Amino acid sequence: MKLELRGITKTFGALVANDHIDLTVEPGEIHCLLGENGAGKSTLMNVLYGLLQADSGEILLDDVVQRFKGPGEAMKAGIGMVHQHFMLIPVFTVAENVMLGHEPTRFAGALDLAAARERVREISARFGFDVDPDALVEDLPVGVQQRVEIIKALSRDAKVLVFDEPTAVLTPQETDELMAIMRQLRDAGTAIVFITHKLREVREVADRITVIRLGKVVGEASPTASNEELATLMVGRDVDLLVDREPAKPGAPRLVVDGLTVADHTGQLVVNDISFEVRAGEIIGVAGVQGNGQTELTEALVGLRHVLRGRVHLDGEDITKHKVRAVLDAGVGYIPEDRSADGLVKQFTIAENLMLDRSNGAPFVRFGALQRGTLARFAEATVEEFDIRTPSIAEQAGRLSGGNQQKVVVARELSREIRLLIASQPTRGVDVGSIEFIHKRIVEARDSGVAVLVVSTELEEIQALSDRIIVMYRGRIVGIVPGDASRETLGLMMAGEVPAGAAGEAA
Amino acid sequence: MTATMPAPSPEQPTAQTPEEAQRGRWRQALREITLGGPLIGLIAVVLAMLVGSILIAATDPKVAATAGYFFSRPGDTFGAIWESISGAYTAFFKGAIYNFSRPDFASGIKPFTETLTFATPLIAAGLGVGLTFRAGLFNIGGRGQMLLGSAIGGWIAFAAPLPVGLHPVVVVIVGMAAGAFWAGIAGVLKAYTGAHEVIVTIMLNYVGYYLVFWMLSTPGLLQAPGSNNPKSPPMAETAVFPPLLGDQYNLHVGFLLSIAAVVVVWWILERSSLGFAFRAVGLNPRAAQTAGINTKRITIIAMCMSGALLGLAGVQQVLGTVTTGFSAGIDAGIGFDAITVALLGRSNPWGILAAGVLFGAFKAGGYAMQAAEGVQIDIVTVVQALIVLFLAAPPLIRAMFRLPEPGAKRKAVKA
Repeated sequence: MKLELRGITKTFGALVANDHIDLTVEPGEIHCLLGENGAGKSTLMNVLYGLLQADSGEILLDDVVQRFKGPGEAMKAGIGMVHQHFMLIPVFTVAENVMLGHEPTRFAGALDLAAARERVREISARFGFDVDPDALVEDLPVGVQQRVEIIKALSRDAKVLVFDEPTAVLTPQETDELMAIMRQLRDAGTAIVFITHKLREVREVADRITVIRLGKVVGEASPTASNEELATLMVGRDVDLLVDREPAKPGAPRLVVDGLTVADHTGQLVVNDISFEVRAGEIIGVAGVQGNGQTELTEALVGLRHVLRGRVHLDGEDITKHKVRAVLDAGVGYIPEDRSADGLVKQFTIAENLMLDRSNGAPFVRFGALQRGTLARFAEATVEEFDIRTPSIAEQAGRLSGGNQQKVVVARELSREIRLLIASQPTRGVDVGSIEFIHKRIVEARDSGVAVLVVSTELEEIQALSDRIIVMYRGRIVGIVPGDASRETLGLMMAGEVPAGAAGEAA
Repeated sequence: MTATMPAPSPEQPTAQTPEEAQRGRWRQALREITLGGPLIGLIAVVLAMLVGSILIAATDPKVAATAGYFFSRPGDTFGAIWESISGAYTAFFKGAIYNFSRPDFASGIKPFTETLTFATPLIAAGLGVGLTFRAGLFNIGGRGQMLLGSAIGGWIAFAAPLPVGLHPVVVVIVGMAAGAFWAGIAGVLKAYTGAHEVIVTIMLNYVGYYLVFWMLSTPGLLQAPGSNNPKSPPMAETAVFPPLLGDQYNLHVGFLLSIAAVVVVWWILERSSLGFAFRAVGLNPRAAQTAGINTKRITIIAMCMSGALLGLAGVQQVLGTVTTGFSAGIDAGIGFDAITVALLGRSNPWGILAAGVLFGAFKAGGYAMQAAEGVQIDIVTVVQALIVLFLAAPPLIRAMFRLPEPGAKRKAVKA
C-alpha cells in the first residue's frame, strides 16, 4: 500500500510542529524519517496514526484520501505502529496481547484463544520470528517483546508499518536483528516508516531518507551519504561528531568501588557485587542495555539508594553511608539520567535551578537568606559560558528546549568544585549541537583532573568519551575493556557474553 | 559556531510509565489548584458572587410572590429581584466595609474593623495551610491544631500569673508550639512511614477535638471552677490582646501578628534557603532529593511551621475574639475556611492576606445581610463553597477526563 502525506501542518499555539510536510512511502520501501528531538517527527506520526488531527493537509493511502478520527480507524485502514515504549500487558501471554483490542470470539462471546495462537504461529513462521504464543510477555527479552509488537501490527494486516525510535532499548545485536526483520518485511511488500535520530541505523537500512528540521522537510538524502552530511542536514550547520581528546593522563585512584550490592524494593539484586575504580583524569564509560543496573549503580554511588553490601571510597574517604548532601559536599557532581524527573524543577527559573544543589550555604545562602545578587551574577555568567539559549535567567527551566535544559544541569554540576563527575545519560534527548558541546565539557573536566564516570546506553557516546569501558549485564560487570574496544565486542558483552578473544557471532 | 536558532521543540514527553503519568496527572492538578495565578482567584470570586446573587433573589419571598403573576406584570418581578439583590449587597457593604448611615467616620468605619477582626485568625490560618501547599503537602488538620493552640495557650492565659507585657507573648509562643506539635505528628508520620498527611491530619482533628473537650469537662484541667459546662474560665486581664484602635472597636493587636506573619512567611518562602527547599520539594520532590535536599526534614519542618501558624490563629481566638472563656467550638470552622483562604490566595502570602480580608468581610457582612434583609447566612457559606469549586474544578476535570491543558504545548523557547 502506498502512503502519501500531502502538506501536513500541525500547530500547537504559536509553535508550528509540522509545516506543510510532504512524504511518500512506496510499498516495499524503508523510508527513514531523520531529525533531532523536537523536529516534529513524532507529531507527524501521531497525525498519521489518528492520535492528533492535522490543521491542514491530507493523508492518502493508495491515492484515496483518509480521515482518521483515532488509532482504531488508522489500524483498520492498514497502518500499524511499533511504539518506542511497548504497549503490551506484561502478565498476558503473547497470544493474548496480540488479540487484545480485536479479540476473535466464538459463540456467546467466548474468546477464541486457539485462533489467536494460530495467528501468532503463522506470522511467526512467515518471518522466522521464533515467538512462543503461550509465553508470558514479562518473561521475554526486550527484543522479543518488540517482535510481539510487530506481530500485533501484522496480525491486523498492516500494510504500512511505523517504527518510532525502535532501537532505543535494544542491544546492538538485537538492533541488527530488527534491521533484518525490517528488510524482510520490506521484501514482502510492506511500506515501512522508520523514525530515528541514529545515523548509523539510517545508513544501514534506509532506501530513502527524509530529513526534518524545525517542523519542515529540509531535504532528502541517499543512504550513501556520510554521517557528517546527514548530521549537517539535521542540525542545519556543520557538526563535528568526533570529540577531540588527548589520551588520558590518569592519576591516583579516586573513586574505588568494592563489592557494591544493591537490591530493589522486591529484594532482587539489581547491582550485584560490583568492583571498579576510577582514577583522577580519566573517563570510565559504563555501557549496557537500559535496565541492567546502571541507574541503580549511580543512584547508590550518590546516596540515593540503600547499599546492601560493599564499600565506596572517594579519595580514601568512605562515602558508602553518606546521605546525598554529604556525597555532593564531598566533591561529587551528579548528572541524573532523567533531567525532567531528577535534574530540574521545571517551574523554577534557570537561576534557581543553577543553585538547586547548593542551597545549603555560601555563596548562594548566607545566614539562611538567599543571596539573590550573587545568584544573578553567577547565573548570567554561567548561561553565557555554557551557551544556554534563553531570553533571560528568569525564564522557567521547563520552557527551554531539551538540549538547553540539559545544559543547565551540566553547567550546575561542572561549575562546582568537584573531584568526581557521575554523568548518567548526559546527552539523552539532546540535539546534536548540544551533544557536541556537552561532550567537550566532559572531556575538559577530565583534563582538569576530575575523575569521570559516564553511563550511557548509546554505544557511540561511550566510544566517543571513554578511556576505559565497563560493560554491565543484569547487575554484574561483564568485563572492563579499553576505550577502543570494537562495537562487536561491546555488543556481545552487553548481551552478557564474554567474548573469547575475537568477536563471535551475534547471540 | 554560528548563531543558529535552537530548535523550538514542543515539550517532549520523556520516558514515562503509565502509572507515573497517572500520578503526575493528579500531582499536576493539585499543583494547579493550589498555585495558579491571581486572575483565576478574582474570576472565581466574581462568579461565585454572581451565583450568590441569583440565590439571594431566588430565596426572597417577595421575588417568589411577584413571580406568581410574572406574565401579567413582569416589571414587578424584575423590580423585586433588583430590590432583593441591591438590598442584600447594600446591607453587606454596610456590615463589612463602611456604614454610611452613621453620623461620623469613627462609627461608620466600624464594620471594616469588624471585617479585619474576623480576618485576623483567617489570615494566620490561611498562611499555615498555604505554606504546606507550597511544600507539596495538604494540611487539613487546622481544626485540631487550632484547638490545641487555643487550649494550651488559653490555659497559660487564664492560669499562669504573668505580668502584663509578657503574658500574651508567652501565650502566643506556647500556643504556636502546641499547634506545631500537633501538626508535627502528621509530618513525622508522613516523612518516616509515608502515612498520607491528609488522612492523618483529619484524624488528628477528631483526636484533638475530643482531647480538648475532655480537658474542658474535667475539673482541675481547663474547666471553669464551679461550673459543669465544658467551658474554660475567662482569660486573665493581663493576657488579653489590647485593642488596636481604642475600646470602641473590637480589633485587637492580634491583627498585627497576622500582618507580621504574612511578611515573615513571605520572606521565608521567597527569600530564604528554607523556603527554596520548600518550593523545590513542593514542585519536584525527586529533583529536590537528588540535589541533596533532605525531603523528610523539609516535610516535618513545613508541617510544624504550618501547625504553629494555626496555633497562632487559635491563640488569636482566645485572646482576641472570645476572651470570656472558650469551649471546644473555639475554632469556629476557621481551620477549614483557611483551606479556602489559602486556595483563593493561591498560596501566596499577600494573596492570602487579601483572601483573608475578603472572607472576614463575608463573615461581617453575612451577619448584617441576615439582620437587615433576612438573607439566609447559609448563602455566604454557599458562596465560599462556590469559590472553591470554581478554583478547583477546571484542573480536576482536566485530570479526571485527561484533557490537555489549554495552550500547554505552547511552552517552547523563543531564544
